[in-house]
Amino acid sequence: MAWRTPRGRAGLVFLGFVAGLALLGPALLPDPFRQFDLLELASTPPSAEHPFGTDQLSRDVLSRVVSGARISLSVAALAVTLSLTLGAAVGLVAGYWGGAVDAALMRLVDGALAVPRLFLLLLVLAVPERVPLIILILIIGTTGWFTTSRLVRAETLRLREESFVRAAEALGASRRRIIFRHLLVNTAGPLLVAATLGVGDVILLEAGLSFLGLGVQPPAPSWGGMIMDARPVLEAAPWVGIFPGIAITLTVLATNLVGDALRDALDPRGA
Amino acid sequence: MTRVLDVRDLRISFPVSGGRLHPVDGVSFSLDRGETLALVGESGCGKSLTSLALLRLVPEPGRIDAGSVIQLGDTDVLALRGEALRRIRGKRIGMIFQDPMTSLNPVFTVGDQIAEGVLAHLPVSKAEAWERARGLLDEVGISDSAARLRAYPHQLSGGMRQRVMIAIALSAEPEILVADEPTTALDVTVQAQILEVLDDLRRRRGMAVLLITHDLGIVAGRADRVAVMYAGQIVEEARTGDLFARPSHPYTQGLFASVPRITGPVTRLTPIRGTVPPPTAWPSGCRFRPRCPQAFDKSELPPELMTVGEGHRMRCWLAEGDGPIGMASVLPSHPERSEGGIP
Repeated sequence: MAWRTPRGRAGLVFLGFVAGLALLGPALLPDPFRQFDLLELASTPPSAEHPFGTDQLSRDVLSRVVSGARISLSVAALAVTLSLTLGAAVGLVAGYWGGAVDAALMRLVDGALAVPRLFLLLLVLAVPERVPLIILILIIGTTGWFTTSRLVRAETLRLREESFVRAAEALGASRRRIIFRHLLVNTAGPLLVAATLGVGDVILLEAGLSFLGLGVQPPAPSWGGMIMDARPVLEAAPWVGIFPGIAITLTVLATNLVGDALRDALDPRGA
Repeated sequence: MTRVLDVRDLRISFPVSGGRLHPVDGVSFSLDRGETLALVGESGCGKSLTSLALLRLVPEPGRIDAGSVIQLGDTDVLALRGEALRRIRGKRIGMIFQDPMTSLNPVFTVGDQIAEGVLAHLPVSKAEAWERARGLLDEVGISDSAARLRAYPHQLSGGMRQRVMIAIALSAEPEILVADEPTTALDVTVQAQILEVLDDLRRRRGMAVLLITHDLGIVAGRADRVAVMYAGQIVEEARTGDLFARPSHPYTQGLFASVPRITGPVTRLTPIRGTVPPPTAWPSGCRFRPRCPQAFDKSELPPELMTVGEGHRMRCWLAEGDGPIGMASVLPSHPERSEGGIP
């Protein structure tokens, strides 16, 4: 669907490229942990041997950017899946049930939305010494579904008045069936759009947290963490920070392009 | 004749600031096996709401008032809760909705949607459900049924979709079929085909049909009996032939006078003056009074349904025969409470 517009195509091609690189790249490139010049430990500028140069620990920046794609993309994919599932479930139940259930769930969401997400994450992540990756994913996922649930609820409120929902009720379909079959599938469009836009958000969030030292822990390469590591040498060896920065920018740009294209493709008025 | 449905004193109310409105206010009717009853009325008279009430699908915040009776065979529908209620929907009463464009889920195939009704009520496997779905498509006159099962609603024409809707309503083999304006959204030529399908199914399956419509034209020749609704009440009820021969209530007469006739002398159409008042503006006494050309002093009091012939009753004081305009056909009788049944 997103393929129909040039923007969508560009986004999909780039994301496919990044995903392919994340999958295959590490096998073809030098070990991201290997230190090439143990005596000097100096960062060297981009060269034929190290196209993105090496960092101040003499590790290959290209290898680390590609390995970082693995971590950044899988954190994004898993966290977004989790938050979409939660958001869709809460939104569907609130929207279809209505009444007190709806009011309770939506006030909960209102409350959660009033707390800045980054502060919440900082608070939770600052407590333990080291945060395992899975916990990071869980925390990002469980704090990211609030707006999705509102989106799905609004869509459900609209769909609930559709004649086919009434027809399914008249046919004796159970509530669970109406919610998770008739309604869920019809909210797939907005959910898909929210998902692609959410991927960009989560990549940025993970980068931000890693930059603050609370996300992916060194020496594992993550894009945000690499930028933080590059800070002290940014003037002398800018390539150490610029390449992971470019990777973040392009990947987020690509997911947003795909998200926009999907939104246009799924909007019946634009079709 | 076996009585399959008995509705008595059905009142549906909605809360408004300072009280409750009753868009359906004391409706009684009954349905026998194999019989077609037409419920006729203009938009907003409460006919659709009445049909939804049969399956307890009155939209929030509407309520069916205490004292109403919906007796489905030996089941008291108003006493059902939860799973028991779900089990009569589709299984005992099948429903066909007005607009086949929006009443089918756009993202599922025709086969999925018919099989859904089968699977919800009958102990069969998915494959059997699909086989039944194919049989139902044959039955409602869709050719190439095996291929059509895999079609999505948008790939079908309006008439085909309405046939699919009928197949869905039949999927769990209900004893009553409620058709709410089944042909309103269709072309005239397709309308006749759809009505033919419904009639055919009624005869073959011995189902009872409640046909809800605003169109007197489709009632003739299809329905055994007709009940005319106005402002939340049944104002006249008769066997179809009697109603067409001797429309007695001024509202019914007005409906006939506003339908153009092909035969007979050319006359000017006489529409009923004014418009249907919303439930907030129903007058006291006879609700048709402000629009009625024959209203007289007694119309200030609310009339009950009164007998004007065999199996023919109307809600008008003229039935007493002492109005300003005498009606030759009117049999004098005392006001009586509607009992729903026709002797």
